[in-house]
Amino acid sequence: MANLAASLQHHFADFKQQKESVVLGMWSFLVQEVMFFGGLFVTYVVYRSQYPDAFHEGAMQLSSVLGGFNTIVLICSSLTMAMAVHAASKGNRGAIAFWLVLTIVFGSIFLGVKVVEYKEKFDHGFIPGIADHGLRVNHETHQPRPTGFALYFGLYFAMTGLHAIHMLIGIPILAIIAINGLRGKYGPEYYTPVEMTGLYWHFVDIVWIFLFPLLYLIGAH
Amino acid sequence: MSAPASPAMHPAEPHAEPHHEEHHGPTVKMYFAIFFALAILTVVTVLAAMFDFAPMLGKEMGGFVNNLVALGIACTKAALVVLFFMHVKYENKLVGLAVVASVIWLAFLILITMSDYLTRTPAWADWKLFSR
Repeated sequence: MANLAASLQHHFADFKQQKESVVLGMWSFLVQEVMFFGGLFVTYVVYRSQYPDAFHEGAMQLSSVLGGFNTIVLICSSLTMAMAVHAASKGNRGAIAFWLVLTIVFGSIFLGVKVVEYKEKFDHGFIPGIADHGLRVNHETHQPRPTGFALYFGLYFAMTGLHAIHMLIGIPILAIIAINGLRGKYGPEYYTPVEMTGLYWHFVDIVWIFLFPLLYLIGAH
Repeated sequence: MSAPASPAMHPAEPHAEPHHEEHHGPTVKMYFAIFFALAILTVVTVLAAMFDFAPMLGKEMGGFVNNLVALGIACTKAALVVLFFMHVKYENKLVGLAVVASVIWLAFLILITMSDYLTRTPAWADWKLFSR
């Protein structure tokens, strides 16, 4: 069972103070993450306002079906993550591991779909940094792509790539927490690591909630 | 904070859960309700994006409304995740302040940057800048 003396750091008066400090610390990190992604979002807003037609055409190259499917997958993973935290607060070892493994499965499905999408974009020659490729000319109609088309795909790969890196970091953390959970390290009196991992995972979900309409849906109508 | 539940206050309940229910946290039922709300909003945002407002409102205003609906739904979904999945509704006010501060700073970043870009050309008031 949880070793209470070991979980309370000596510089905190009690568990309540430790918990409040940890939660605020984690949120400070997430606020920094908002700024981190914010730089990319403001770049997106600037260039979309400059090249609306190119962004429109860029978005039409993406599959809203795959994007929508991935959105639902991530929402499922957020639910299973919330359930894992709930299980930890009840000290239910098996349930912690079960819900976390399910979260990892959903996260992996998301990344798998992302690989399929990236592969398809590369096949069309939408590779930022490689000149005179599909970003300049439409290979089917031989018409030139509008100015800013390459910028759209640069931002697409930067934003979804940074998001995917966050998930790649999150999945091993989920695995570690799942193993610790199975070993009975968390219980009703101490499950902060599970909760903090949950905050990170939900944040990654929120980033995608904004990426989906901004990258996939702007050319839908 | 939490007064020990005295038998006088709850005479009908014989020693029912003395400690763990003192903070009324989120419930499993609520998590699933939030999940379904998020899923439904995802479907709504896809349908709204496919709907063309241009015949009703004109091309530029229509595009603007499409963007407004998409971002409105995204913000609603984010708020649901932050408040319920991330427990901000149940944390102390300082955490809420951190969340609000991040949103305000992001708004500054975008507003001040765009106040430059959108006013560089004589067409600064052109709806085209917002609508596509």
